[in-house]
Amino acid sequence: MKSNRMLKWFLYGYLALVLIFIFAPIIFSVIFSFNSDRFPTIPLGSFTLKWYETIWQDPDVWEAARTSLIVSFSVATIATLLGFATAYTDYRYRFKLKPLYLALILLPPTIPLIIMALAMLAWFAKIGLAGTVTSIIIAHSVLTAPFAMAIIRLRLSQMDATLEAAAWNLGADQWRALRRVIVPFCRPAIVSSFCLTAAVSFDEFAIAWFISGLNKTIPVIILEIVTGNIDPQVNAIGSFVFLTSITLVVIAQVVLMTRDKKEKVNHG
Amino acid sequence: MADALVEFDSVVKRFGDFTAVETMNFTIDEGEFIAIMGPSGCGKTTTLRMLAGLEEPSEGEIRMQGRVMNHLPPHERDTPMVWQSLALFPFLNARENVEFGLEMRGVDAAARTKKALEWLDRLEISEFAERDINSLSGGQKQRVALARSLVTEPKILLLDEPLSALDANLVIRMQSMLTRLQRELGITFVYVTHSQSEAFAMADRVVIMSRGHIAQIGMPRDIYRAPENRFVAEFVGRNNIISGTVKSTSGKMVTIAGSLGQFKVAFGGAHQPVVGDAASFVIAADLVHLSTTKPKAGNMIECSLISEEFIGSVVTLFLEAPDGSEFKVQIQERELSDMDLKHMGRVFVSWASDRAHFIGAC
Repeated sequence: MKSNRMLKWFLYGYLALVLIFIFAPIIFSVIFSFNSDRFPTIPLGSFTLKWYETIWQDPDVWEAARTSLIVSFSVATIATLLGFATAYTDYRYRFKLKPLYLALILLPPTIPLIIMALAMLAWFAKIGLAGTVTSIIIAHSVLTAPFAMAIIRLRLSQMDATLEAAAWNLGADQWRALRRVIVPFCRPAIVSSFCLTAAVSFDEFAIAWFISGLNKTIPVIILEIVTGNIDPQVNAIGSFVFLTSITLVVIAQVVLMTRDKKEKVNHG
Repeated sequence: MADALVEFDSVVKRFGDFTAVETMNFTIDEGEFIAIMGPSGCGKTTTLRMLAGLEEPSEGEIRMQGRVMNHLPPHERDTPMVWQSLALFPFLNARENVEFGLEMRGVDAAARTKKALEWLDRLEISEFAERDINSLSGGQKQRVALARSLVTEPKILLLDEPLSALDANLVIRMQSMLTRLQRELGITFVYVTHSQSEAFAMADRVVIMSRGHIAQIGMPRDIYRAPENRFVAEFVGRNNIISGTVKSTSGKMVTIAGSLGQFKVAFGGAHQPVVGDAASFVIAADLVHLSTTKPKAGNMIECSLISEEFIGSVVTLFLEAPDGSEFKVQIQERELSDMDLKHMGRVFVSWASDRAHFIGAC
């Protein structure tokens, strides 16, 4: 019993350390974004909203935020659509080259970002899309579609295999069965895939930096500010980015989990 | 005899190298309750899925009211099915589930709600109309599934082992509800099951399948009392099958000699005995007379008692015949308690010749 108790405390401690390592930089960044001193030192100066006012008044930041929002929203839509289509194909059909097909779909996240960014840049330059918002959307969709596919595929694997046939049996053609049965069943996964891909795109720096050109996204503008000088503005922007991403991720998790819980309770 | 609603004409279904259903010929009449029964993998579910259009026959034709159905996609058929898993839509409530088929047929919202509520009421679950599917009990879900399939007023209803997930008491209740419903509606029920009690209790006719073939089609009583072959005799349960060779025939009586002695068996129907051929006959466990003293004459075997199985008013005794084979006898518990039987004790089983059923060489 005693050793059990010790193990429990040890694991709690371990968990706490992991959380501290992950969140400490973010928390400090948030704290310093309200600090009046120019340099991030302790003791802190006084409370201020100065840095938020600065970025509020900076047209470049506004422009970047607009680009980021357009990009992440478009990416979430496209990636979720692609992810759903591929997951459904995998669920519904059996064909010879399926392992190859799946490998191809799941490939993008395994490619080092720099390599992917360079390849994308070269390719977009060739077809005359380099530096456009469209190019960022395409690149981010390629990057995030596999995540969408994985989330939706997991949901489809939990579906009673006769559900779709039951819809056909009741007079639904394939399209209506898809719309009225498969999509509603996958709704939690679709919502959460939408949020997660939006978050990934919103945060993504490497590819965006390579191909964005003048259409800078938020992470790119942060780097520009940091390279110029040490400016607590980045803490303010960073807090804003963190808040956006964490909100999306939390929504994604909550949507997935409430559904699971509900189904579990009732099956029991 | 009513008109044939469905005809299976030399239907074959293959999956790759595996033949699931082999040259199947039979008809289903209008308004009939037909059960398709057999062990798992016998092709009964495949047969049902072909009716629903979820599988296409590899050969042959399935006709419904004279129309060839082979290539008709499922949604263009009117063959609703009650699934083993029920396959209720978890994101819809009970009423919305029932409305689904009507919606697919373009019935307007007000009319389909009215209709759905009528059916939920008919199946005595109207109070759960707005409830989440997952909050209903097994029996309630079952009724929602039935209502969902019947709301479009089909000519035929397919049922794929719908009661297999329910507990024994509920099964009996659902059985009587299904037979009542089928009689009231007058539509055809095609009921796939592996359970003999379900098939016999409800169906007008039973199709017994074995390895993709039809082993026998007939009324439950005929299948029970007059199995056409060894498979059916064994599948249907408490039967003793005795094999030997045909020694002589006279009139409607055949004499079969085997390792257990000579037996006279009445015959008639499909199998014609030929002297010298191998042949078997069936004597049902509940048609056997048991005694501790040797009967004067007739068909008899001297056995020893091995064990007994008590299931209430009826007891099944497992005996060992002289050649080592098992012989089953079913008698009333009170009859047994009047006899003084000992373990490994000597008993005689005997039966009248017209109680035995000749099944030929198969």
